[in-house]
Amino acid sequence: MAGQRFAELHLDHVRRVFGDTVALKGMDLTIKGGEFVALLGPSGCGKSTALNCLAGLLPLTGGRITLDGRRIDDLPPEKRGFGMVFQNYALFPHMSVRRNVGFGLSMRKTPRAELTRRVDEAVRLVQLEEHQHKFPAQLSGGQQQRVAIARAIVLEPPLVLMDEPLSNLDAALRLEMRTEIRRLHQSLGLTTVYVTHDQEEALALADRLVVLRLGEVQQVGSPEEVYAHPVNRYVAGFMGYRNMIPVTVTAQDDERATVRADGVELVGVKSEEVADSAVAAVRPEDFAVVTEAGENTLDATVEIVEYHGREQAVEARLRDGTQLHVRTNSRLAPGDAIRLRVPVERVLVFS
Amino acid sequence: MTALPSLRDQRSLERASLKHRLAEKGVDRVLWLLVPGAVFVVLLFVYPFLYGLQLSFQPKGGGNPFQNYITFFSDEYSAETVWITLRLGLPAALFNVLASIPIAFRMRGRFRGKRALTTLLVVPITLGTVLTAEGLLAFFGPTGWFNRIWIALGADEPAKLTHNYWGVLFSLVITGFPFAFLLTLSYLSGIDPTLEQAAATLGASKRQRFRTITMPLLAPGLAVTFCLSFVLAFSVFPSAVMVGNPAGETHVMSIAAYETALRDNDFAMGSAIAMLMALVMLIVIGVVLIWRTTLYRGATGGKG
Ligand SMILES: Nc1ncnc2c1ncn2[C@@H]1O[C@H](COP(=O)(O)OP(=O)(O)OP(=O)(O)O)[C@@H](O)[C@H]1O
Ligand SMILES: [Mg+2]
Repeated sequence: MAGQRFAELHLDHVRRVFGDTVALKGMDLTIKGGEFVALLGPSGCGKSTALNCLAGLLPLTGGRITLDGRRIDDLPPEKRGFGMVFQNYALFPHMSVRRNVGFGLSMRKTPRAELTRRVDEAVRLVQLEEHQHKFPAQLSGGQQQRVAIARAIVLEPPLVLMDEPLSNLDAALRLEMRTEIRRLHQSLGLTTVYVTHDQEEALALADRLVVLRLGEVQQVGSPEEVYAHPVNRYVAGFMGYRNMIPVTVTAQDDERATVRADGVELVGVKSEEVADSAVAAVRPEDFAVVTEAGENTLDATVEIVEYHGREQAVEARLRDGTQLHVRTNSRLAPGDAIRLRVPVERVLVFS
Repeated sequence: MTALPSLRDQRSLERASLKHRLAEKGVDRVLWLLVPGAVFVVLLFVYPFLYGLQLSFQPKGGGNPFQNYITFFSDEYSAETVWITLRLGLPAALFNVLASIPIAFRMRGRFRGKRALTTLLVVPITLGTVLTAEGLLAFFGPTGWFNRIWIALGADEPAKLTHNYWGVLFSLVITGFPFAFLLTLSYLSGIDPTLEQAAATLGASKRQRFRTITMPLLAPGLAVTFCLSFVLAFSVFPSAVMVGNPAGETHVMSIAAYETALRDNDFAMGSAIAMLMALVMLIVIGVVLIWRTTLYRGATGGKG
């Protein structure tokens, strides 16, 4: 099986309004054939809306969608032929696993022998051979999810859309299915758009991330880019920069900014012009507990210590009352006075 | 002192465990709540039914206990009522169910004026059969609006739409449709709309989605709707008298039972007719429900 490839799917100012909520504010995005794109953002940011617009289940309020230059946003879903995996799976309850998987093929009047062969292949691919004659109600969540995936990919659609397909599963199964989805993507070369609110899932799966907020695209980039160089404090917060230390900017050049926090100087990198009062974003794991004084250090007092196996999660407080989240291998106890150092390139200054 | 519990303690322990054992089987004090309902059912349903049943086996003239039933079927005028009533009840129920499908289908989503339209469709329930019948007489009668327009359009004589089969059928449709519609709408709303969306993304056209997803999931509900509509239509009485021809074309079973029992004072024979009515309804419902199970299995059976 190999998906019918396309070169480029283009979203041009795609807009969707519900009454007076703007769910999608003019989204621009280009998806290349074979790519795995993750739409990432918190609840209510318009991820499902974007996916439904792509699938044709929601009419656009404005903008256009073109596939290799051909306009497709006025086609009904059955004419677009994009596969979709729904958040609640939407398996047909009155059909067996095989008939669910074969549904799309039988709608296309595929000859019987070919239908049987392709359904066999898809069922084998998602490892459901022994359950293929059961009904959806007789399957576990993970099995239902695999039926939903098999049903969408058996048609070898040019584009597969997945709406938080793992959100109903427990943690262990979620990891397992995540690997499975990535494996399917690699072996079939299907272009995939994957919606999730879990940054870890998005980083693990995608070739490219699209971070959304309130219906607006914040950043598009590879997982490394978005993880290491978030463009604003919102994306940084979403990417695990849990410490947002309020600072005053004392000097800045093209790349770096010198800021004052809690009475000490810190140097950090910046990706945008910053005003005098700004925030310095630091990941909990980028702090190192040190003894000697030096550049880019902060003094804090340990308040709460959580044991996380190899590491400890520590909540500490600066003298001015700012709370810090720190992850460290050092063994600390509440009340300890500690000194924390953070490398210059790990301090991101945002306005 | 020994560590053994005294005899009295043991007994109270046993008593407690008996209570728990009963509760396990669903026997507890909440059961008393059933008493008023049970009394009601026995007094108002079971007793009259059994009384009527035994009465039907005691023909007025004595003799063969089945005499009433034999008389009913040997007299062509009374035997024909079964066919007459079926000829009204079945098409009315079928029409009401079939007509409610597309309307309920349209009314599923949210749109402006939905509440007004629903009210309009449901109002006939509140009208009562007599008012509906009077309305029908005024509208479809020989000098009613319908026939005035009919004549104005060039017809030679007024269409005969009241005091016959058609009048009663119209009345059954008007009063029965709201029930069928409300039931169908609630069954239809119970079907997850994402199923149809999923079918659409898999390439199914509107018609294919209706045939392969909506209909199979709706059919069991439609069967129940049909049964209830049929029962309502089958016991037709006032409209058969008012807009029908109660001595001829619309001499339905309920009129036959009424006339025998209260005009001819033959309660035993009247009971026999009432029992036959129940039997015919049970047969129709039984057939529909059997069809329902095969139909549902067929759709879920994974052949194909
Ligand atoms: N049918 C609708 N009618 C009105 N408002 C809607 C409708 N669907 C979505 N919205 C609004 O549009 C916004 C985006 O919704 P959307 O379902 O796309 O969010 P999401 O990112 O998928 O969230 P989640 O992660 O919770 O699924 C929300 O503010 C929501 O309230
Ligand atoms: Mg969503």
